[in-house]
This record gives sequence, structure tokens and C-alpha cells, in this order.
Amino acid sequence: MSCEQCREREAVIHLTQIVNEQVTTLHLCELCAAEKGVESPGASPKTPLGTFLAAMGQELPEQTPVPRTGDNCPRCGGSLQDFRESGRLGCSECYRSFEVPLRDLLRRLHGSTHHLGERYAEGSGSFAPPDRPRATDLREQLRLAVETENFELAAELRDRLRVME
Amino acid sequence: MIDLSLLTDGGVGWLDASGPSSHLVLSTRIRLARNLAGRVYQGRNSESEREDILQTVEAAARDTVLLRRAIKFRLDRLDRNDRQLLHERHLVSKELAGLDADGRVRSGASLLVQDRLGVMLNEEDHLRLQGLHSGFALDAAYAEVDRLDAELGQRLAFAFHSEFGYLTSCPTNVGTGLRASVLIHLPGLVLTKEISKVLQGLAQVGLTFRGLYGEGSEVVGNFFQLSNQTTLGSSEFELLDHLGKMVRQVMDYEEQARQVLLRDAPAIIEDKVWRAYGLLRYARALSFEEAMNLLSGVRLGVGVDLIPDVGMYTLNKLLVYTQPAHLAASEGIAPADPDLPVRRAQFVRKVLESEVGRRG
Ligand SMILES: [Zn+2]
Ligand SMILES: [Zn+2]
Repeated sequence: MSCEQCREREAVIHLTQIVNEQVTTLHLCELCAAEKGVESPGASPKTPLGTFLAAMGQELPEQTPVPRTGDNCPRCGGSLQDFRESGRLGCSECYRSFEVPLRDLLRRLHGSTHHLGERYAEGSGSFAPPDRPRATDLREQLRLAVETENFELAAELRDRLRVME
Repeated sequence: MIDLSLLTDGGVGWLDASGPSSHLVLSTRIRLARNLAGRVYQGRNSESEREDILQTVEAAARDTVLLRRAIKFRLDRLDRNDRQLLHERHLVSKELAGLDADGRVRSGASLLVQDRLGVMLNEEDHLRLQGLHSGFALDAAYAEVDRLDAELGQRLAFAFHSEFGYLTSCPTNVGTGLRASVLIHLPGLVLTKEISKVLQGLAQVGLTFRGLYGEGSEVVGNFFQLSNQTTLGSSEFELLDHLGKMVRQVMDYEEQARQVLLRDAPAIIEDKVWRAYGLLRYARALSFEEAMNLLSGVRLGVGVDLIPDVGMYTLNKLLVYTQPAHLAASEGIAPADPDLPVRRAQFVRKVLESEVGRRG
């Protein structure tokens, strides 16, 4: 969706307002939003991806062997730069090709990198029952929740840990 | 013109207002994002690869119980009105229907649908499994889609990572690939101006909201789609349980807001809902947006027992059939026809008249 102000750039901020008892949503690009005095998407929970993508590659620790921006996934030929622009990965192999930055992104998007739901058993073409959430994962999530001051989530995670222990 | 009567209940079973809490919740939707192992995603694949994906998945689907008799729609071979019709029925996303600004339909874009279940093919992910139920029915809707996932998973190799779970084109869907959403009507919270607070609160507990037509759509007629924001780090059960609890809380807030309105401003509310009814009953031209807002007012009036004789089913029916592509199709004109607002008003009058009789 393009920005409703300039109609050029991609809208990344979706501002919900109530005018005359009608709810309206304003879709703005980052620049037009800034002009209107709206907070950067970092503060907007609706569009976490934009900021994360923008931050990716900038905040990575120097010593990690991360593909440089120019490097491409051997399977699909996509690069991190392509991903930043489109918000979409080229193939499943991209998760290996860009594992370090993606792991970081997943943690920031979801608060975790561990899938705790139903498991697909590769090869056998059948299902295995979901892993029980591990206490260590929950503790890691709890730490993050406290760090980000998401106290409601923290309280819930604490309850879940208590049940497990 | 496509023949939607081929679908059981025309693909609008979800509007029958038979589900739990249907005075507040229109429908519950579950979708699971899945990709085929070893294949490039939609953004970087070719026309022939998409064709191959379509054939592979369709063959697998014909072998299942749940999609054996599925109707197939090739979006890439339908004209724009038909694609919009499917979108207005909440059967396909805006992206798959090629209704985005650039207006192009991707080759291979298809839909398989049988009863309340469907699969979108060659959307952002290779497969988007979906189920749509009437009312507030997270568990029932998920159970059905989960069965379909199991059936397809036995016949297709899905891209799955031991740590990250199901892999998706966009990292926001990784893990369970589950997006559960509840389409809820919240006029009380909008009128009492509590809605921003409620929506902010939902964001804080990891939930998000969208408009009537899902991703990137506007809120119209005070309808909000509430859904989970994250898909990784919690089991499907936990995601559904959390969403369900929060939706129940929002329903409580909405009921409270309505009580406050009736207690503190009964004359204003009564005037408001009857005014909406009066306009729908007698207006000679209605835009879609105006119709939606008036229907919201009448729905509120019916919900708080101020307006008798109008059923939720009728209101849901009006919601669907006053949409541009639906109305244009039934009137045999183009959705852009300038006569559409007049036809819409005629249609609404006719439906309300037959519902309440001449006296109403
Ligand atoms: Zn702009
Ligand atoms: Zn790749």
C-alpha cells in the first residue's frame, strides 16, 4: 500500500484515528508520518518489520560471520538487500543463508526463536505431537518480557513456569 | 460471471449468524501458512514453477477427505469483478485477487474451496490454508483447519525447520504459521471513545487489529478483525487460548460501553439507531461506506433491543450483498457504474421491507 500523503513511498505507519465517531486509518510512509509529528515505527506496534529491517545489518556484532549485504542465497539468488526492500524471503534456504540476522529478527519479532507448536516430521510425511514448551525457553521469554516492560506477558509466563515446576 | 452457487451456501455460511456470540462477533477465521520443501517462494519463482505448485497441491488436495470435492477458482483467469466478488466473500486476500494498486494477478493464483475450508495457492506463501466459521468459534475453526493441515501434510513435503518451525516467506509468520482472527463489531467502544485505549491494550498483549477485509484494510462500520501478532514461541493452543481470552474481555468492555450509553445517554442512543434505520429504510442513494455505517447503527439498535423485528442474519446479508462487486453482479451492472448508490438504496429498502413488513 502506498502512502496516502505523498502517494509515492510505501506506507509503513498505520495511524488509527477517531473523527466524528468514525474510525479511520491513515496510511503513511515514514517521512510523511514524521512531518505530521507521528512517532517513528519503532514505537508503533503495528509495523515492527519496517524498523527491524532498517536496523538489520547495522546492529550486528562485528565478529559474527554474516553474509555481507551483497551476498546471495545459493538456492534462490536473493540477498539481504532484496529482503529489506520486499519484506519477503526468496526460499526456505534463506533461513540458513542469512541465519544470524534472521535469528535476531525472529527474536525481536516474536520474542523467541523456538517453535513450540505442532511439528512436521520431515520425510515421513506425518505429524508428531508438539513439544512441551521448555522451561528454559519460557525463562528466556520472561527475561525479554521484563526487559521490554511487557508486564502482562511476564506475569503470564511466570504463571506458566510455576505450573511446570 | 463465475457461478458462486456451486459452493455450498455460496461460500457465505459464516454470515448465517448461527455461531456463538453472533450479535458481537460476525466470524472467526483461521489461516495456516505453509510452503513446499525445496521450492523457491513466490517472490522469486517462475510462472512454470507456480503452475507446478498448483498442480502438485491440487493433486494432493483431491486425495484428501476435506478438499476432495473442492471447487477450483483460477484467479489468474477471472476478470476483475469476479475476483473482487471472491474477495468480498472473504475467500481470497486482496493480494491473491490482484486488487492491490498495481492491479495485476499473479499467474497460478488460485483458490480451492469446499464448505468452510479453503486453500489459497501461490499467495505470499505456496499454501494458505483457511477456515471461516460463523460467530466466535476459535476452537472449532482451528480443529477443522488443523485436520486439513494433517491431511495435506501427509501428501506434501512442507518446509519445516527444527528450531524455527514452519518456514514462511515473511518472517512474521514463521513457526506455527497461524493467524487466528475474530471479526467483531464494537460500536459501543467507538461511541464512548474507549476504543483507542482498548486497541492499545491489545497491542501490549501481543494482539493486532485490521479492518473488515484483513491486511491493510480500513476499519468500516465499526468492524475490527482482532488477531494474534506473533506466530513463533507459543503453541497453537496457547495462541488461540490467549486470543480467545482477550476477545472475551473486549466483548465484556463492549457490553459495558453499551450499558453506559443506555444509562447516561438513552435519548441520544435511541435517536442515533432509529435515525440509522430511517435512512436505510428511506434513502434513495447510499454509498457503500454510508451503508456500512448505518448498518452498524442498526446492528447496535438490534443488539440493545431498541429495534425489534430485524434479524442479525438480515443485517449480515445486507453487509455482504451491498458490497460493490456483489451489488453490481446482482444488478447486472459494472461496480464502477454511477447508478450503483441508487441501486444499493433500492436493494436495502427491499430487504428491510420484506423483513419488517410495511409497518416498520
Ligand atoms: Zn509519504
Ligand atoms: Zn533463498
